Amino acid sequence: MAKKNSSHTQTSATQAAFVRTQDAPLLPPPPSQAGVRGWLWRNIFASMADFSSLSASISSLLVAGLSVFLLYFGVTQIYLLLDFSLFSAVFSDPDGLKREVCWTEEQGGTLPNGWHAACWPFVVAKQKFVLYGAYPAEELWRVNFTVISGLLGLVWVLIERLPYRREAGVLMLTAYPMMAYILLTGGNSDTDSSSIFVWMLIGLGFMTIGRLGDRGFLGSFISEVSSVFKGVGWAVIGFTVIRGINAVDFGLEPVDTRDWGGFLITLVVAVTGIVASLPLGIVLALGRRSKMPIVRILSTVFIEFWRGVPLITVLFMASVMLPLFLPEGVNFDNLLRALIGVMLFSAAYMAEVVRGGLQAIDKGQYEGAQAMGLSYWQTMRLIILPQALTHVIPGIVNTFIGLFKDTTLVSIVGIFDLLGAGQSAIADAAWSSPVQAMTIYVYIAVVFFVFCFGMSRYSIYMERKLSTSRKH
Amino acid sequence: MSNRHTSSSSWLYDAQIRSYFFQALLLLGLVLGVWWLVDNTLTNLQDQGKNLGFSFLTQNAGFQISSTLGTWVMGYQVGSSSYFDVYLIGIINTFLVAVLGILAATFLGFAVGIMRLSSNLVIKSFATIYIEVLRNVPLLLQLFFWYFAVLRSLPDRRNKIDIAGEFAGVNITGLYLPAPVPQDGFIYVFCAFVIALIGWFSLSKWAQNRQMQTGQTFPVFWAGIGLVVVLTGVVHAAMGQPLSWSIPVFADTGPVLRRGFQSGEGMVLVPEFIAVWLALSLYTAAFIAEIVRAGILAISKGQTEASYSLGLRPGITLRLVIIPQALRVIIPPLTSQYLNLTKNSSLAVAIAYPELVSIFAGTALNQVGKEIEMIFMMMAVYLTFSLITSVFMNWFNARVKLVER
Repeated sequence: MAKKNSSHTQTSATQAAFVRTQDAPLLPPPPSQAGVRGWLWRNIFASMADFSSLSASISSLLVAGLSVFLLYFGVTQIYLLLDFSLFSAVFSDPDGLKREVCWTEEQGGTLPNGWHAACWPFVVAKQKFVLYGAYPAEELWRVNFTVISGLLGLVWVLIERLPYRREAGVLMLTAYPMMAYILLTGGNSDTDSSSIFVWMLIGLGFMTIGRLGDRGFLGSFISEVSSVFKGVGWAVIGFTVIRGINAVDFGLEPVDTRDWGGFLITLVVAVTGIVASLPLGIVLALGRRSKMPIVRILSTVFIEFWRGVPLITVLFMASVMLPLFLPEGVNFDNLLRALIGVMLFSAAYMAEVVRGGLQAIDKGQYEGAQAMGLSYWQTMRLIILPQALTHVIPGIVNTFIGLFKDTTLVSIVGIFDLLGAGQSAIADAAWSSPVQAMTIYVYIAVVFFVFCFGMSRYSIYMERKLSTSRKH
Repeated sequence: MSNRHTSSSSWLYDAQIRSYFFQALLLLGLVLGVWWLVDNTLTNLQDQGKNLGFSFLTQNAGFQISSTLGTWVMGYQVGSSSYFDVYLIGIINTFLVAVLGILAATFLGFAVGIMRLSSNLVIKSFATIYIEVLRNVPLLLQLFFWYFAVLRSLPDRRNKIDIAGEFAGVNITGLYLPAPVPQDGFIYVFCAFVIALIGWFSLSKWAQNRQMQTGQTFPVFWAGIGLVVVLTGVVHAAMGQPLSWSIPVFADTGPVLRRGFQSGEGMVLVPEFIAVWLALSLYTAAFIAEIVRAGILAISKGQTEASYSLGLRPGITLRLVIIPQALRVIIPPLTSQYLNLTKNSSLAVAIAYPELVSIFAGTALNQVGKEIEMIFMMMAVYLTFSLITSVFMNWFNARVKLVER
């Protein structure tokens, strides 16, 4: 009817009463899509409501069965964990009973039979050992200060709104490791002050030659390689300054690394491993992409060797074979040996991460840099590496997470990291009870989970940020 | 003077000469470094009164190894087996746990990865929690958890928990399963099995050709299963059932010390093996799940829509359209996870499962003291495995690239 009319009176179509002049009012969404019911439908029941064919019905039933099973399984497991660690757990030991506070009546204690939950007084009693090992109790402020200042520095560098982030980053990579080393070990290494003086003079000598060469006083050959002299001079002076500061007596009690332990070792191994492996990894990645065949082959062999063997064998090698490789009289302590192994191992992984970043850089960037007349090192330093390293921040963080978890392996070569300290705390008969092992495992698992999960969130956040900033 | 100046600067600035010079310098440094290390090592060894050499491999090993596949294959006897046997036992046990771990981790990982993509919130959250918890807790801790906290709480050696009635059982000494015992004539059954597999393979080739030519499909999978079962079963029956089963025997009467599972009956999986296997496969499955999820997400939605518009059902779409394309993305990182799992099996040293690191670089090294030879022999195994894997990866990548065009 309406259609007929409209075709008749085309001229007055706009005035016709049956043509809408306004939008129709929006209808509410169907009840199956809105509110709690809609949410439940979309997220739970829609996936198990297709009975249009035989196979669809079977899969709907399977999904329904699986959901019920997983819901039951998941909820009971989470309840068991919460019950173990919170609801039924023993939190305090007011009478100083030690192990008996966590014994059931059958075992001679006071708890009801069949009780199986965490014994937190055990962890509290072992807290110092699990976190610091045998580090002297009155010197713990040094560890705390190092860790807290490190965390503050890291947060400063990571939060984008704060000023002076670049300066903070440089300090974190130069002054902070020095400070941490001196605070943790006590510094005051016995270095001859005259040798420092001599090395300082040698460094200054190199610098002078470089400077004079720059101005053309020493002939054409020297002037062309003056940058080499200046580089060597800077390296010698930097090294000597480090040695000099280490030789200063700050009045700190020296603490042998054999007394270090627990979470302190975990942090030291992970952080040193990652910080030391980054420069080495960059050099290896550049080497693997170099046009010089010998450099390329050596880098590739190095990287593939370390990536091809398990970390445990590397640690075995470092602890058993390293002493054989070194001249007599040179002896590293256990921790340093493990650190060297971890560093070489993670450098190989870091090299592959960095290489991924280098490969992602557009060829035009290299060509552009070449067209500007930049040398290889200038191109790398100013154009390629800043972009490549930003690209691979998520990869670096993921490598760090892997390394952080892998630090637990040092306990196998007799260094008591967090897990190793926990494992030896279990052996303490004063706290022996059936729940002892489980309690400490839950505690260590929570510590690792918090750190690794936090870092993985940061890596995902960076990945999102980088991928949006790359889209134009 | 100016002439010499230009000539000297020209060779200084010649990129070719610079690169030769730099490489020669590097090589010289390397040779000197290696020479220094070797010299130190030889001096140190001489001071300790040791020498290099592999003659220790033929010496008899004097320590007990808990009974595993390796000791069974090598027929290990304390005092009469050599250190080379110990090396082989280590390799066999490493590969046993690696292969079984890879199988379990792949199965579980694919399941969890697909579950994480489900539109069902319960299934999705379960998969997410599984992945996040397992990935963010160190593997060694998980290994300790399974071994020291879970398996230690099993019944002691005089008690057991039945699995599948009387046929299998578990207690603190391990999981006892029925063991197959081949009798005379079993070789024919085995041959029939192999022939059936070959038949299955040719059947699938034939069906594929036929489908290409006529478009008709053939239920290859069910036909293949049927072929294997029927052919093997018929030969087995015809030969008078040459495969018998040894059922584990549990004594709960008699002298107290003799109670428990009797040795020599059935097959035992030691708790160390179970703990390593569980920890490795559950941990690696979390990583594989993430790889599978990323691989499936990498396939554009248009593929699914195009497949639906052709009238393919969701299951077939997943099987014939999505997964073959996703595998191209999945397989390279999956291979490196397999490699990681194999390398991570070395963690078993912490609970003394008799694999390569534990018995060869651990117990045997302590007895013989040949650090250099033994650690290099151990590393060689892992390196060979990595090398084979990366050769496979290159081959696979090349093949996938060809298919792409």
